[in-house]
Amino acid sequence: MTVMRVAMGQVSPVLGDVPANVDKHIQIAQMAYAQGAQLIVFPELGLTGYLLKDMTYEVARPLDHPDVQRLVAQSKDIDVLFSLVEESASHRFHISAVYASGGKIVHVHRKVYLPTYGLFEEGRHAAQGTDIKPFTAPTRPPAGVMICEDAWHPSVPYLLSVAGVDVLYVPAAGPGRALSGDPHSGSQQFWERLLRTYAQLFTCYVVFVNRVGFEDGVFFFGQSFAVGPDGEIIARSERIEEDMPIVDIDLSLLRRARYRTPLLRDEDVYLTQRILQRTLGSEG
Amino acid sequence: MRETSVHTSLRASVPGVIPVLEAFLRHEVGKTGFRHVVFGLSGGIDSAVVAYLAVRALGAKYVHPVILPYRLSSAASLAHARLILEDLALPEQVIEITAQVDAYFANFPDASPLRRGNKMARERMSILFDQSADRQALVLGTSNKTELLLGYGTQFGDTASALNPIGDLYKTQIRELAACLGVPLPIREKAPSADLWEDQTDESELGFTYEVADAVLHLLIDERLSVQEVAIKSGCSVPLVEQIARRVRLNQYKRRMPLIAKLSSRTIGIDFRYPRDWGQ
Repeated sequence: MTVMRVAMGQVSPVLGDVPANVDKHIQIAQMAYAQGAQLIVFPELGLTGYLLKDMTYEVARPLDHPDVQRLVAQSKDIDVLFSLVEESASHRFHISAVYASGGKIVHVHRKVYLPTYGLFEEGRHAAQGTDIKPFTAPTRPPAGVMICEDAWHPSVPYLLSVAGVDVLYVPAAGPGRALSGDPHSGSQQFWERLLRTYAQLFTCYVVFVNRVGFEDGVFFFGQSFAVGPDGEIIARSERIEEDMPIVDIDLSLLRRARYRTPLLRDEDVYLTQRILQRTLGSEG
Repeated sequence: MRETSVHTSLRASVPGVIPVLEAFLRHEVGKTGFRHVVFGLSGGIDSAVVAYLAVRALGAKYVHPVILPYRLSSAASLAHARLILEDLALPEQVIEITAQVDAYFANFPDASPLRRGNKMARERMSILFDQSADRQALVLGTSNKTELLLGYGTQFGDTASALNPIGDLYKTQIRELAACLGVPLPIREKAPSADLWEDQTDESELGFTYEVADAVLHLLIDERLSVQEVAIKSGCSVPLVEQIARRVRLNQYKRRMPLIAKLSSRTIGIDFRYPRDWGQ
């Protein structure tokens, strides 16, 4: 399969109501399936809402929980990438993204970089993920997941890239700061610059799905988009409300792009490894 | 104060906030199960901006401004409030606060203007929250960021509300927003006043202009510059910058819920931490 149709489920989750959000995810996944999509990507914490604070404890679900499995079952028709507070067997609470396909969980990424500054307090409630690795769902291209802040650390796409990915999925709960006079503003523009650069540097597709809605006055700006391996935006939502843009990812373009600009071929991971070891050795 | 690059950059980004504030009102009002909003319409620029935003976001049918005059309120205030109602095709509701305020101060004839002003602000709040229950309407706040930071408002009076769409905008940004929203010129051009007594103006009472306050506050708060750096960048004297910084500190209490003595392992406001939207 050289073309994969991906839907971006730009939803506004109901804060703290997991069953209602599962219903919403299923409903939108069915709409995407009806439009011929093979995969729908939902935003970070789409099953729970974002500003959870002490609600973290109440909305967390182990992956075998019926709420989660109800959505996983939906992936018999269409692959679903969704995000929730995952409670591990040892009761660690992770911000996780789950890729389900064929009615089964294929991959789980636990958010590694938990922003705990400014308006963010993820590190107060969530446990850090400890692995970054790509996965391949049946008949799909190799892919990697970065949850929001993960993507602001270039080591994350780098590690995924050297392990081999054709697509990077970025579920996000990105707050907007509409006043660009604010020095921390322009997170929207930053996301675009960042992910277009990654797509071009790692010659892969990037799919950014950001939530919408408000929680306690915090505005999530949506405007989900997909970028091709030449760094050009190939689909986007112009909306700050719920939306479901669809993008056709033509994997045959990767062959051309990687021959024309063979950055992946030329990347010297052993050099990187040697220098990292030397740097850490001298400082550690 | 002359126009500076600080003011230009503060204002430049204002048009972009309109769709966000409209969405804020729709989402945050909708979540509560309410459809209507109520707020005091003074005839000044802040409540005018809230009226225009609310009508854009929710439609005139759901927007209930209330004019709450005292006998000493200026005639211009009432005329300006009516100008807004006419422009937005909103019905007029006037509730006088004179009888209840005068009845109370008949017991305290020597009360200072400050006490009288605060009492009026709290009477208005009390009426708005009663109207809220009557109309099933959320109370919108109309305090801007400059007032909230300087503490230039009455605690549990005009600073009380359920939702405030303009609390992250400085006064100079409110002026820009008012122009974008088409607020009538007389309202945009008059001197800002709490209108609590005759000939009161905010700027004479504060002792500095909003242009000065906004430049200093933006550099102190948003840009996190030191007092000395702010003085250099804004062209204001160090004592003036210090005076403004001190006001922000002294009025922190007005921006917070009351302190609770911590006794248990989960104390409200300390380690019982839920978003306000928890209950929606």
